[in-house]
Amino acid sequence: MARLLALIVKEFQVLLKDPRSRFVIIGPPLIQLIVFGYAATYDVTEVPIGVYNESPGEASRDLIAHFTGSPNFQQVATIAQAGEIGPLLEGQVALLVLHVGPRFERSLSQGTPARLQVILDGRNSNTALITLGYAQTILKKFNAQWARQHGLPEPPARLEVRSWFNPNLQSRWFIVPGIVGLLTLVVTMLVTALSVAREREQGTFDQLLVTPYHPWEILIGKAIPGFIIGTLEATLIILATVYWFQVPLQGNVATLYLGVLLFLLSAIGVGLMISSLSLTQQQGLLGAFLFLVPAIILSGFSTPIANMPPLIQKLTLLNPMRYFIVILRSVFLQDAPFALLVNQMWPLAGIGLVTLALAAWLFRQRMY
Amino acid sequence: MRLRGLVRKEFLQVLRDPSALAIALVLPVVLLLLFGYGVSLDSQHVPIALVVDHPTSDTMRLCAEFAYSPYLAPITMHGLPEARQAIMERRVDAIVHLREDFSEKLRRPEGASIQLIVNGVDANSARIVTGYIESAYGKWLEHSSSHVGAAPSIAVVMQSRVWFNSNVLSRNFLVPGVIAVVMTLIGALLTALLMAREWERGTMEGLLVTPVSMNEILLGKIIPYFLLGMGGLAISVSMSVWLFGVPLRGSLMVLVLASTLFLLTALGMGLLISTLARVQFVAGQVAIITTFLPAFILSGFIFDIGSMPRPIQWLTHIIPARYYVSLLKTNFLAGDVWSVILPNALALAVMAAFFLGMTRWLSRKQLD
Amino acid sequence: MEATPLQPIATFQHVTKTFAQGKQIVRALSRFTASIETGRVTGLIGPDGAGKTTSLRILAGLYTPDVGTVRVLDRDVATEALAVQARVGYMPQRFGLYEDLTVRENLDLYADLQGVSRAVRTDRYRELMEMTGLAPFPNRLAGKLSGGMKQKLGLACVLVQPPALLLLDEPTVGVDPVSRRELWQIIDRYVRDRHTTVLVSTGYLDEAERCDWLIVLDGGKLLRQGTPESFCAPLRDKTFKIRVRGMPQRDIQARLDACAQVADAVVQGESVRVVTYEKTENPCHGLFADQDQVALESVPPRFEDAFVMLLGSRQQDRPQASADGKPAAPRLPTRDTGLHAANSCPATGSPQTSQVIQVEGVKRRFGDFYAVKGVTFDVQRGEIFGLLGANGAGKTTTFRMLCGLLPASAGKLFVAGVDVRRTAARARQRIGYMAQKFSLYGALSVVDNLRFFSCAYRLRGAAREERIGWALRQFELEEVAAVASGSLPLGFKQRLSFACALMHEPEILFLDEPTSGVDPLARREFWRRTGDLANQGVTVLVTTHYMEEAENCDRVAIMAAGDILALDTPEAIKQKMKTVEKPTPTMEDAFIELLNTRRVGKT
Repeated sequence: MARLLALIVKEFQVLLKDPRSRFVIIGPPLIQLIVFGYAATYDVTEVPIGVYNESPGEASRDLIAHFTGSPNFQQVATIAQAGEIGPLLEGQVALLVLHVGPRFERSLSQGTPARLQVILDGRNSNTALITLGYAQTILKKFNAQWARQHGLPEPPARLEVRSWFNPNLQSRWFIVPGIVGLLTLVVTMLVTALSVAREREQGTFDQLLVTPYHPWEILIGKAIPGFIIGTLEATLIILATVYWFQVPLQGNVATLYLGVLLFLLSAIGVGLMISSLSLTQQQGLLGAFLFLVPAIILSGFSTPIANMPPLIQKLTLLNPMRYFIVILRSVFLQDAPFALLVNQMWPLAGIGLVTLALAAWLFRQRMY
Repeated sequence: MRLRGLVRKEFLQVLRDPSALAIALVLPVVLLLLFGYGVSLDSQHVPIALVVDHPTSDTMRLCAEFAYSPYLAPITMHGLPEARQAIMERRVDAIVHLREDFSEKLRRPEGASIQLIVNGVDANSARIVTGYIESAYGKWLEHSSSHVGAAPSIAVVMQSRVWFNSNVLSRNFLVPGVIAVVMTLIGALLTALLMAREWERGTMEGLLVTPVSMNEILLGKIIPYFLLGMGGLAISVSMSVWLFGVPLRGSLMVLVLASTLFLLTALGMGLLISTLARVQFVAGQVAIITTFLPAFILSGFIFDIGSMPRPIQWLTHIIPARYYVSLLKTNFLAGDVWSVILPNALALAVMAAFFLGMTRWLSRKQLD
Repeated sequence: MEATPLQPIATFQHVTKTFAQGKQIVRALSRFTASIETGRVTGLIGPDGAGKTTSLRILAGLYTPDVGTVRVLDRDVATEALAVQARVGYMPQRFGLYEDLTVRENLDLYADLQGVSRAVRTDRYRELMEMTGLAPFPNRLAGKLSGGMKQKLGLACVLVQPPALLLLDEPTVGVDPVSRRELWQIIDRYVRDRHTTVLVSTGYLDEAERCDWLIVLDGGKLLRQGTPESFCAPLRDKTFKIRVRGMPQRDIQARLDACAQVADAVVQGESVRVVTYEKTENPCHGLFADQDQVALESVPPRFEDAFVMLLGSRQQDRPQASADGKPAAPRLPTRDTGLHAANSCPATGSPQTSQVIQVEGVKRRFGDFYAVKGVTFDVQRGEIFGLLGANGAGKTTTFRMLCGLLPASAGKLFVAGVDVRRTAARARQRIGYMAQKFSLYGALSVVDNLRFFSCAYRLRGAAREERIGWALRQFELEEVAAVASGSLPLGFKQRLSFACALMHEPEILFLDEPTSGVDPLARREFWRRTGDLANQGVTVLVTTHYMEEAENCDRVAIMAAGDILALDTPEAIKQKMKTVEKPTPTMEDAFIELLNTRRVGKT
């Protein structure tokens, strides 16, 4: 036991005394936390709009005031003729152009539906869709108000929208818990994927192998520091999520940490597998990179897995990050009970056991 | 002759180094496939739960409207608890609830209400789902007038047109952005790694004592990786156009010119990094943090810059990828819009000059 | 001797160069003045950190001196670096060959860079390839060449445009004897045929004797310069070889060490080489009881003797002889006599003494290639056994199999009575291992490394602390105990590695090229310690391709292409390889002769 402890203490000393390794553990996570936390957002605010109003009446002005008065829109240009619409959108000055035709007022007074034309820049499809949604909501409000003022019959049924778990639909609440998983994965992978390779490169691996340590002791000595660092990293980011980014932690902390531990198990397994396979740190880094990029993209961290083609959806079942992201979001926002997350926990444990066993096997194979 | 010797050497090295080939050729293809197929913000067949407390012909007609929508996949459930459980387990993304008295209230002046509950965890998806349900509801309103007998109550209808990306496909906006990431990988990451390797292996010392000038050494790196980057561009553009069907509306010449400017900037950054950090491990880390991650997150590739907090928006101005992503998206989807091309190209030219100039200024033909 | 006035091709004038190392300022050269004469081979000699590499880099235009001027070919290097570089060839310590380019492509690149016209290339290449023996494989990747081949290719790349001044920084480190000899032949030939001037730095003192002129540096200062003969001349009649029948050579050495008039005593085969302070007839007068058994022979001085005398006065590792030549208190032999009896000198010992290492018909295959083709030998307790051979001879593979780092494909392997092929872990507690290159945790401090390895070997509590204290004292590491071991000078690193391998007092010590790249003084100190350990009953298995060091071994096995060519005492091997041209061969001569006879026998 004392010998194992010595191995673990040594691993920490190596990691923390070398300024480069220290940087790997502390630098990127902090930068990523801040950048992801603030920059990664799907929320759309202050959409620049251009207004092309051909109708002289009051109703059209009222309608446009509904748009410009909304915090989501900001009028940046007033258009006098149709030819100006093109440059405005192409040059990315405005994202949306409202066009009220000359017959707007007449149609309204005749009781036939008047037309409001909305032209959008679709280069960013997501922003376009969300902006369109905003426009529809504003128009609905205007119609309701118009109906009340003019004594028109109200619609027979109203749609009452409520959103559970994230009442204001802030995408930060969605992204930031995901960062816990992202950064925990990145740091744990870097720590473990480089550990054996570093010893190989520096020749210390042979020195270690001629000591009376068993291979499994060496492997545990490599895994436990990854566990400890991963847990600390996760804790740090969970705290930042709750206290800095103000994302509510609704669920049970114990469930959350069970998820963290199982996730670390599989992350360390993959990390040690890469480490056992690579002879140099360079290869370890490249291997980690090649695993991390698809693991992150196909995890549901930024885009829903349900939107992917069926084949790729099946592929994501092998991705440990996928399960952890669900656990994180469910515990943070949904207050999901443990029973509900069992289906996410056991695949994590399974992936962890398989990868660790594989890592141990590879480690023995590539020992020489 | 000296320069030719250096360029030829560089090509031979890339051809024989599997990890360099992986970054130059395999990674672009993998990234494009991942983003082209794997990542999508377009939801289709979103599962929603329909809870009808008292089925009548009215509720049937409303439900039929949901079933008719290509974006929704309604599942009928018995009672709110079951639906609630389904939303917790993420089997459905939203619940539409019609109360016992729906039909009855439908014919009263105050009207009925339709309860819509969305899972707000993924705010972006939640908004999109709400939009789908609202449009289905809108259709129902239009059709319902004949059955319920009320006069059309809609004053203004919206006609929306999305320019540049009429089907609002996220693939059309993501794939051109991937090209920026690919070019960053080849230009900055690969160059930084391979230049640092020369320092690490001592080959630089051998080069420095030959009568080669520093300009020749730098050009000897820039030329091969420039050509490699252009090769990456060719692969990426062909895949985007032929495989993913992204329209290329602008001229090829503008695309090549913009890419030249960006590639020179990326090469400048890569060379500068490796001049400052002469170890591969450090150069790799720094290149990932200062070029790869910003190209991913701060360039407008996935996340709209306009939605970021002000300080981060300012920060994006020093990210070269930002200008390139903007050029790429315009070139692919909108065409040759000079009001977008000129300022962005100018910014890239300034940055290319800055980074290449800095590199030249800091590189001396000496070891200390 | 050098009466003809020679034109200096390069001059240093009051050159000072400092480097910032963390917070410290290290002075690599301090007011160094010297000139390199045209048409000669000048050797730059000195211990680690003497400023050898710095001076060469300044000449190549890679550093600018802080103070002073350096002129090469009548140009100031600081201002006209490019013009100088066009006529200077420089081969750094680790020559930057592009490992993923072939031999031919590397030559092409340097020919392009040096502006060698296409017309002359064919002839030049043929000449260089023949000279270096690379002709058979122009299309092999440089990374796949052996260490010696790489160095030769490096030299060929530098010579592709014959330079006026050739700068070589320790060109023979890590190079086997055969390649070493060939490298020197190329250098000689260039000086003779093309009147190239050569400045070579080296840590091998027998190479120094090949130079026309020597510049000895120490601590960035010029210590002395002159011809090799001028260094050796004052030592005439002060150098001897002593042999005492019936007494192990290391005991003789210990006795001589204690003697006041002895300046230096080193084991050489079965004899001990002695350097005295004063001229004398008999340096061991009254030291050995039975004078009849003493065989004394006066030998000509070597440069190594002079070098040790020159620098040795600063070394504090021999407190038993005080500076003024008065006899110090005689040191009692610290060895256990009981152990001593078991300690067998193979020349005199009986064959039935305990075998600590047994190797029988061991083979190791990599794919279709047999790296070791069935070797058999055994090592006795307290013996220093050397595995000698060129790169790729299979010695490192054999070595790694013995340590349990590599499984054997066939054969019997017993270490300390344990079958390594089955239960390697059990043997490990009893062996100590020191790898070829520094392989401790560079980020950890000296004491942390000691702490970790003592823990790994199951030492704990007070015993552990005591042992760490012992290691720090014994290996003179107390001053640097808290320093990160990666930033230590090479000599310190080597001592620390040695200390770590000894933390658990192993019975058997495996040393893989322990002195590669270590300066001559540190190397002597190392062999002295190893000798002491062997006297205490520790069995030592050592690999080296530095043949002079083989003289420190009791027995050596010479390997080539996976086979053992000879297995005997160094003296016996030398005797066997006597030729008409070389009646008293050195170990290196014997080794090369052995390889040649084998090559002839094969064809």
